[in-house]
Amino acid sequence: MAQLGKLQKSKTSVVPKRKSILKDFSSRELLLLCIPGLIGQILFYYIPTGASIVMPFKDYDYKLGVWGSPWIGLKNFTWIFKSISLGRVMRNTVMYGFWFLFVGPICNIIIALLLFDVKKRSALKLYQTVMCFPNFMSMVVISFITYAILSPRFGVLNDIRSFLGMSPIDVYTILPIWPLILTIVNVWLGIGMGSMLYFAALMGIDSTLYEAAQIDGASHWQQTRYISIPHLVPIFCLMLILGSPGLIGGSFDLFYLIPRDVQTLYPVTDILPTYLFRALKEGSYAKGAAVGFLQSICSTILILSSNFVVRKVSPENSLF
Amino acid sequence: MSAIAVKKRKVRLPAVLLNTFFILLSLCYILPMLLVIATSLTSEDAILTAGFHIFPVEFSLEAYRTVFHNPSTIIRAYGVTFFTATASTALGLVITGLSAYPLSRSNFRFKKIFITSYLLSMLFGGSMIPTYIIYSKYYHLNNTIWVYIVPAMCASGYSVFMFRTFFRSIPESLFEAAKLDGAKELYIFFKIVIPLSTAIFATVGFQGFVGGWNNYQTALIYIRDSKLYTLQYLLNRILNENEFLKSLQTGQSDLSPIAQEDIKKAAPTESLKFAMCVVAAGPMICIFPFFQKYFSKGMVVGSVKG
Repeated sequence: MAQLGKLQKSKTSVVPKRKSILKDFSSRELLLLCIPGLIGQILFYYIPTGASIVMPFKDYDYKLGVWGSPWIGLKNFTWIFKSISLGRVMRNTVMYGFWFLFVGPICNIIIALLLFDVKKRSALKLYQTVMCFPNFMSMVVISFITYAILSPRFGVLNDIRSFLGMSPIDVYTILPIWPLILTIVNVWLGIGMGSMLYFAALMGIDSTLYEAAQIDGASHWQQTRYISIPHLVPIFCLMLILGSPGLIGGSFDLFYLIPRDVQTLYPVTDILPTYLFRALKEGSYAKGAAVGFLQSICSTILILSSNFVVRKVSPENSLF
Repeated sequence: MSAIAVKKRKVRLPAVLLNTFFILLSLCYILPMLLVIATSLTSEDAILTAGFHIFPVEFSLEAYRTVFHNPSTIIRAYGVTFFTATASTALGLVITGLSAYPLSRSNFRFKKIFITSYLLSMLFGGSMIPTYIIYSKYYHLNNTIWVYIVPAMCASGYSVFMFRTFFRSIPESLFEAAKLDGAKELYIFFKIVIPLSTAIFATVGFQGFVGGWNNYQTALIYIRDSKLYTLQYLLNRILNENEFLKSLQTGQSDLSPIAQEDIKKAAPTESLKFAMCVVAAGPMICIFPFFQKYFSKGMVVGSVKG
């Protein structure tokens, strides 16, 4: 024991003392490079985030400002639990979020696995390029497309329906169909880039694994199941963690533009971001801030818990 | 010969089945775009009677004539969009690159703090209304062109980590050699790091530009002045508000109110919307796919951990 202590003592004396910051010129210069980014972070990340934490507990008054307004405790939150529309909004947000969190990546994985089987390189490139088109269009342009298809008077959908001998419908009045439409648009949008991510991972797999499996007589499904899919799990996990704020956040673009902000559709298309946007337009700042605060809390819990789950299942794939 | 034989990687699904599937899937992407183009080329009467079609029922350039009859609004929107997307991307690249470079250096002692901070900003953020109040009341950004540029140019966590991953692949001995020769870090960044990392600058820059080009939300929340509309926001208003569309057609002309009314009645509405859409989105959709490789490169943020 005494020897060990001696050893440790001698070791500490060998390790060079950490330079003081005054003498560590390199770090000082590097710190200087960070400063523009740091200022940006403080101004456009920390201050708005700070305001988001403080504002829900204030009776916001434009003249007094965010910090100057009087504290009112939890008053902004009491109405939330009485509100009916907010309950509906929360239910929509969470259900869509949960659904999209899994349906998107799963479709992406399936497409990536299928693309992996395409032999011709030129065909492969073509398919990938075509599927990536929506990434270069804004959601506004996509809303033009959905309008061209769904429009009750002129839309292609009703043409097809009348061709098949069915009566025309006005999609903008039929509530149950909207979850389907929004899912289709969401998957359609994301599949190009999303599958590319998984495809890149598949391309990186050592081909000798497949050769060995083939020699052992593994079928196509077995190769997919035991070689390809396990290699996609890390990305899937990462996407799950990074995507989990979407559970409570949702995509404003998708839910605001595709249903064209039609009021009768709110029961199935209204989610937190669109709700908050309306609160902003109406000028009910304090209440909106309170809802936003709850949203942030929920998304924090979601990230931490999804990271926790991933860390339990496969520790090397967790984010932190 | 056997050495250059095609590597037999694995059992594949039957090619015919696969290709049929992907051709059908591709049609799901191509046909909707054809629909938009065809509609813009159809005469208004044909739309009113027959609706939208993949192929123009009655070919007409009337809608495009109306768009270019009074093009000032759309040209202005093009200008605003191009300027803001370029400016925010260029400034953003410099700032992001500068902040990511120190994080890639092993001897930077504040690395952990900055990495944690960027990771935080990726995962949690301020909500819409307080952010709006801070931007508009304290920074006075609302209804100015700066609201497009200033918040977008500050370093986002994703791009910082993309840069950092790339910078880490540059051998550190290069920097040490430069330091021995007496180079300062700023000099190293501009003279060594940037020339070696054009690929990542192109990737992040292109992504930022596409984001800026397709931005309509900022205009929706912060902009009242129609002179500062981005292209996408202009399009959104055109699709949803017929009145706005009509005010664009008549413009601020010296025509009598009655003559203006006549123009409003005669002008196409549905085909005009789609013509606007093609004029606004078309050029970029044609250009962007050529840069696709920059878009997909570095998509993997898997190396965030660190």
